[in-house]
Amino acid sequence: MVKISIKDLTFSYKSNKILDDLNISVDDSEIVSLVGPNGSGKTTLIKCIDRILKPRGSILLEGREVQEMKQQEIARQIGYVPQSSATPLATTVFDTVLMGRRPHIGWRVSDFDLDKVSDTLERLNLQDLAMRDFGQLSGGQKQKVLIARALVQEPTVLLLDEPTSNLDMKHQLDVLETISSMVKEKGISAIMAIHDLNLAARFSDKLVMLKKGVVYAAGSPIDLLSEKNISDVYGVEALVMRSLDKPCIVPLRSINGATAG
Amino acid sequence: MEGSVLLIWGGFSSMSSEKSAEKPSSELRMRYDKFIGKKVFFLISLILGIVLLAGYAATQGSADISVTDVYSTILAKFMPGTFHTDWFSDTIVWGLRLHRILLAIVGGIGLAIAGAVMQGILKNPLASPFTLGISSAAGFGAAMAIVMGAGFVGGQWLIVGNAFIFTVLASLAVYGLAKYKGITPETMILAGIAIMYLFSAMTSFLQYVGQAEQVQEVVFWMMGSLGRSSWDKVAIVTAVIALCFPYLLLKSWDINAMGAGDETAKSLGVNVERTRVISMMLVSFITAAVICFTGTIGFIGLVSPHITRMVIGGDHRFLLPASGLAGGLLLLAADTVARTLLAPVILPVGIMTAFLGVPFFVYLFLRRKKEFW
Repeated sequence: MVKISIKDLTFSYKSNKILDDLNISVDDSEIVSLVGPNGSGKTTLIKCIDRILKPRGSILLEGREVQEMKQQEIARQIGYVPQSSATPLATTVFDTVLMGRRPHIGWRVSDFDLDKVSDTLERLNLQDLAMRDFGQLSGGQKQKVLIARALVQEPTVLLLDEPTSNLDMKHQLDVLETISSMVKEKGISAIMAIHDLNLAARFSDKLVMLKKGVVYAAGSPIDLLSEKNISDVYGVEALVMRSLDKPCIVPLRSINGATAG
Repeated sequence: MEGSVLLIWGGFSSMSSEKSAEKPSSELRMRYDKFIGKKVFFLISLILGIVLLAGYAATQGSADISVTDVYSTILAKFMPGTFHTDWFSDTIVWGLRLHRILLAIVGGIGLAIAGAVMQGILKNPLASPFTLGISSAAGFGAAMAIVMGAGFVGGQWLIVGNAFIFTVLASLAVYGLAKYKGITPETMILAGIAIMYLFSAMTSFLQYVGQAEQVQEVVFWMMGSLGRSSWDKVAIVTAVIALCFPYLLLKSWDINAMGAGDETAKSLGVNVERTRVISMMLVSFITAAVICFTGTIGFIGLVSPHITRMVIGGDHRFLLPASGLAGGLLLLAADTVARTLLAPVILPVGIMTAFLGVPFFVYLFLRRKKEFW
């Protein structure tokens, strides 16, 4: 069943068109990765879906037009994990995650909300950090806390902007395995902007390849990640190995004269 | 003690739910409850501190009365059958000292709440209501009244009325300028700085053309003083805070979220622009109500939130009331010292707030191991 349907979506910063006539659909319990070079519009698309930016065109969330929903309603359905979050002022990890309940609560916090936060922290193995200041955590720990915050929102859609940027190999796998298991366990959908094609191939059900603000191609990792597509979109000559269950990309060299983005 | 604190917190924050009744609190929940209990304990300590210091402050002055007399006199007003007082104590406490003490408390509360909100919504540790040019505008309004005798209202309210109205005008100007370029912390601070320099220059011009006595009066007004207190003024400041504070407290979660960045706040359902503008207007209104009666007392709004944040962290649900109480305590302490240090000479309280607050702030700042900003 289709969870999110994006139709004819266009977004411009003043006269500079960033996204041009995008059409994308995301199903239930599906992880869709947005891939493409810098400036191709991945982050902008994520922000448009969460209505942090206001595009033209249509974004239907379970059949309802996102652009006509109140911000609070959107926040109850869509959880957003930014690439990096400004450090909240002198706030503990527990309070940072509790902030994710904001769309569901008034001023008072119920036992249910507190239990939800406790459970999520324990589920993500963050309980030992709960009373630490968020600002004192490592990059990987912060990323997991931000994922925990998005999860306590109880979203039906999770938006992730470069969740593995600035993380080492272990933390990259750790974070993506967490996301993957949460998506499958809770039956939510995830849309993830990501640079690393190997990680995208391994953890995504579907890839959407963006180039200069338009959808160049969309499909399963095995179909999409070909030498030709990578060359056309990134301007990079790459070797795609298909001996494993997921394609594995080895970049070889930049193609002179080719333009990415 | 801890048990009672947790009990208070239980009523303060939690709503029982069937789900929680079935499920025993985890160890993590207990740690969090304890953490919240410490914040509630800090709030209660501040209230007690204010009550005790107010009692002591009321004994200070040329007329000699004891702390017991002070509390009996205050309580006799509300429970005349239980507590007793005499005419002398009643006149000293109710007629002369208590309104000044209360103006210090509510003034400090107002300025500190305003500072905490401004730092939160502008995400800037140097922000205070004065960042938006409020003190300069109030100073100019007062200077205009003193030097030119001109203003929006006449009689005894000339200086107060001018200070208030120019403060509100400055806030509207900041809003207008920021709105033109988009309401962000950066545009608001830059617009505020522009307004601040404009009013400072105009005040300097008035001081340049004014008579020596007028200039002296302007300078004295801008140092801040609680010597002009009265019950009317206490009532007005209290009413303004009582009107504005509930909205700000209700928006605690939104201000917390804005601390994590505007995009994060929007993704959590916060109407960032509206919250920022309304909060700015309300804190400007609170600040205007305080400083039009007291003159410029700048330090409280800047430092009280920092001191509080260092002790209980940055959750605005607790930070706003605790900063307010810390501000009330600090201003009352400063005024008490200002009244007694060189008695019978009374020093301007604006000077004393910094003399008292800076060492305490530096002590906490150096001692603090964790990040507080």
